Amino acid sequence: MPQTQRAVRQVVFVDGVRTPFGKAGPKGVYAETRADDLVIRCIRELLHRNPQLPADRVDDVAIAATTQIGDQGLTLGRVAALLAGLPKTVPGYSIDRMCAGAMTAVTTTAGGIAFGAYDVVVAGGVEHMGRHPMGEGVDPNPRIVAEKLVDPSALVMGSTAENLHDRYPELTKERCDAFAAASQEKYAKALAAGKFQDVLVPMAARHAEKGYAVVTADEPPRPGTTVEDLAALKTPFRVRGRVTAGNAAGLNDGATACLLAAEDVAEELGLPVRMRLVSYAYVGVEPEVMGIGPVPATEKALAKAGLTIDDIGLFELNEAFAVQVVAFLDHFGIADDDERVNPYGGAIAIGHPLASSGVRLMTQLAQHFEEHPEVRYGLTSMCVGIGMGGTVIWENPHWSGESK
Amino acid sequence: MTQDLTALATELFPDEVVTKAPVQFFDLPGHSGKFALITLDNGFDHTKPNTFGPGGLVQLGAAIDAVEAAAENGEIVGVGVTGKPFIFAVGADLKGVEVVKNREQALAIAQAGHDTFKRLSALPVPSFAFVNGAAMGGGVEVALACTYRTISSGVPALAFPECFLGLVPGWGGCTLLPKLIGPDAAVTVIIENALSQNRMLKGPKAFELGIADVMFEPVAFLEESIAWAEQVINGSVSVQRKEFGAEEYAAAVARGRQVADSKVHGAAPAPYRALDIIEKMATASDDEGFALEDAALADLIMTDELRAGLYAFNLTQKRAKKPFGAPDKALARPVTKVGVVGAGLMASQFALLFVQRLQVPVVLTDIDQERVDKGVGYVHEQIGLLQLKGRLNQDQANRLKALVSGSLTKAAFADADLVIEAVFEEMSVKQQVFAEVEAVVREDCVLATNTSSLSITEMAAKLQHPERVVGFHFFNPVAVLPLLEIVRAEKTDEASLATAFAVGKTLKKSCVLVKDAPAFVVNRLLTRFLGEVTAAVDEGTPIEVADKALEPLGLPMSPFVLLELVGPAIALHVAETLNAAFPDRFHVSPNLAKLVAAGKKAIYKWDTGVPVIDPEIVELFEPGTSPSTQEQLRDRALKAMAQEIDLMLSEGVVGEAQDIDLCMLLGAGWPFHLGGITPYLDRAGVSQTVTGHRFLAPGVASLPE
Repeated sequence: MPQTQRAVRQVVFVDGVRTPFGKAGPKGVYAETRADDLVIRCIRELLHRNPQLPADRVDDVAIAATTQIGDQGLTLGRVAALLAGLPKTVPGYSIDRMCAGAMTAVTTTAGGIAFGAYDVVVAGGVEHMGRHPMGEGVDPNPRIVAEKLVDPSALVMGSTAENLHDRYPELTKERCDAFAAASQEKYAKALAAGKFQDVLVPMAARHAEKGYAVVTADEPPRPGTTVEDLAALKTPFRVRGRVTAGNAAGLNDGATACLLAAEDVAEELGLPVRMRLVSYAYVGVEPEVMGIGPVPATEKALAKAGLTIDDIGLFELNEAFAVQVVAFLDHFGIADDDERVNPYGGAIAIGHPLASSGVRLMTQLAQHFEEHPEVRYGLTSMCVGIGMGGTVIWENPHWSGESK
Repeated sequence: MTQDLTALATELFPDEVVTKAPVQFFDLPGHSGKFALITLDNGFDHTKPNTFGPGGLVQLGAAIDAVEAAAENGEIVGVGVTGKPFIFAVGADLKGVEVVKNREQALAIAQAGHDTFKRLSALPVPSFAFVNGAAMGGGVEVALACTYRTISSGVPALAFPECFLGLVPGWGGCTLLPKLIGPDAAVTVIIENALSQNRMLKGPKAFELGIADVMFEPVAFLEESIAWAEQVINGSVSVQRKEFGAEEYAAAVARGRQVADSKVHGAAPAPYRALDIIEKMATASDDEGFALEDAALADLIMTDELRAGLYAFNLTQKRAKKPFGAPDKALARPVTKVGVVGAGLMASQFALLFVQRLQVPVVLTDIDQERVDKGVGYVHEQIGLLQLKGRLNQDQANRLKALVSGSLTKAAFADADLVIEAVFEEMSVKQQVFAEVEAVVREDCVLATNTSSLSITEMAAKLQHPERVVGFHFFNPVAVLPLLEIVRAEKTDEASLATAFAVGKTLKKSCVLVKDAPAFVVNRLLTRFLGEVTAAVDEGTPIEVADKALEPLGLPMSPFVLLELVGPAIALHVAETLNAAFPDRFHVSPNLAKLVAAGKKAIYKWDTGVPVIDPEIVELFEPGTSPSTQEQLRDRALKAMAQEIDLMLSEGVVGEAQDIDLCMLLGAGWPFHLGGITPYLDRAGVSQTVTGHRFLAPGVASLPE
């Protein structure tokens, strides 16, 4: 009998890992490391860390990359699954929603789990911005210009951040620099406290002249950065502008992956439950101010969950640009230095290898949940190129029930 | 030392492809401290593996200087050595051995390896080899010098090829391997594998033997190796090693000597030197072992046997892949269908080989359905056996079986690009077959013959297109022996010849271009040589004396065992053919003819495991009254070979003496230490005596003068 009625299943976040992030470019730690190898390493480590999961129970592998060319092409999810040692019976595919690639890999496969098509999936993303600079091989439709559909600045992410400053004059460069310096400081503290040890996958990286090394730490952070240092930086997107290399995420190489499962299957297999998926939403905004995307996305996700912003006790917001995070905080009436926001620092310090970042946010939120049983709900949110925002709301399985 | 070595590198070996050894320092993932990782990398991809010449040793020495200083300052907790992608290191650069001019230089190179490698054992922190890819000889010895080893399950080859070439593993191999994995396993790796056509170990087998402490999959080999190293360093993992007693050493070395005797019959010094060192390691210290290795290497590098071995190695590795005198590859025509005339055993073996390698339709024809069915059935059965062995999966087996068919009419060859005949060895029959084939095939279809003794020019003479005929002389067993003599007849054109070479290469054979001359190369030389031995027996030399005469050469088998393998009837037939062509030089033995007439297949009976001369043979033979001694017969046989080779070269049967040697190495299995045969004839002075000149200039396959 075909099943005509079904219950939606709970989706849980089991485990997440990432490679240490590197600086893109010829001097970066991954300058001569293949992008697919980065994400293969993450998938491999997930299997290694969760031996109670039979590899053939993985129902799909969704891997995101923005530039799906060369070592980020060839139906990356499938190829990476094969090369990571998953059985040939495990399928895979590729996903692209620019910066929200890995986030979309999670929400799309989560939909499949909820529907009953999957029990366990691997979702992740990779971006090697050294090998594949943003915009590599793009061919924008001439109608975009001819019909003035979108301001040409919409395709330059830094320019969209400057546009956001224009829209909200109260978001000053000083606030953004202060937020950026705090991000570096929070990261340094978290690092010193050993917060990244359990989520980082050591990655062998070869350099033709220097030989092999095993990368065990993030390369982008600049500990000790002060607002004075930041004030002195150039504004590459606009003369006398506000967006600098210091108050934005850099160009980075890195990969992430996570395991998701139906809650009952996690129980059956003895897999840990680190977060429970509550709702998610993606919303389009004007591409020229793509940084505002998280605001309507969060409102939509909250509405779907029947929650308000006051129910959210922890935030992992992607820091593509300080200005878009601050715009989000202003909108929801949250202070720039609220300790619920990005407690370990964010992409300004850690880096933002585009399509991989969504799962980094989730992995860190899962860590915060463990440390904060008093918090019931948290969210991960990010702005997305071509004018979008994406938000995923999660419930803390460790919630003690004492407060919200 | 470094200065001397740098000087030696510049003086001796300015063209060395230097393997560099950069060092990177990084924090261990579990925060146990800093680790130093040395990467061996010559800057090329995996097709040009890392090797060690004097320049490479200087580089590794400098890397060890850096890690040693860091270790002494307490900056690091461990040291690792790994290779470039797919390659760890494949040992000493053989070109660097060829250029050594005197024993002092040889000794300096031997000692330089030890002086460098042993520092890896003496660091104040543990050292680890992460064997990520192919490792041979000196590469394995770098790993043995480390305190611990990890190996990738994807390692395609790990071996000590030294004894195969004429050396000993002399940078620590003979000393350290028996202590690590036990003398018996060490004898297997160093002696038995090396002397069995240089057999190699794959990663899992090397791990099983204990060469590595732990094995990881290639996908995360280096990361997991580093994680394991960290566990060893912080004490959460400890490695137990076995000890081996004097009896085990004695038994292993005795077995090793038996193996060496059975393979080289005492004629090559290297395996015996290696066994001498292994034997001493029952009680000797590492440094004593290293000193023995230094002396052995210095001695062996200055032997003609080694130089002949290196020459032979280069022939089989390089010349065999680029056949001398072959036409431009671009002239080759594609072969999309193959016809085989005949469906007997030889024809069926051809069909199997062609379908397996070319993966195109292969049609067998014969005179009645029963034979055709039997031929096709044989090929299908063999494909089934390959499937059972796991060499083919079901789909591949289905594909190959479907490609093989039989036909009673040669019309099935109409769209073939190559037709090979394997019918009765009789000129008129072969001419008839080719005429029938020509009537149905396209005019550019290549016609190949597997004749071993008939004139291919004559076979082609009556055809409308004789330019399409080539000889394809395989060696039995066709699937196993690597040599293919490709024969150019008088009118063979370049395109047909190029097609033949392209097919030969796809068949994975080593092809040698030969002229259409009686019995080509291998059979002609073996027959000349057997002719001298049988003549000596006919004259009254006892069989057992005659059969031992060539033992000092270390040939793979004695003349009469060879006769048995070839089959006395075939040997007689080839002798008669050659006698007809060159009656002065090729002896047809009346005793051999009697043996064939009596239906005898062998001289020896093997019932007891050791060969005993069949008493019926002794009855049958009518010996003469002027016996030779072993020395006399050896002298005579070697002189005959020198004369025959000289004639073959002047007739242009092959381009150069190197091709004769390549044929004898690959077609007759003659040993590396003879260099095939011409280096030995030069070395023994036989070529000079017989022909007034050497076959090869001094230094080509011998010590430089």
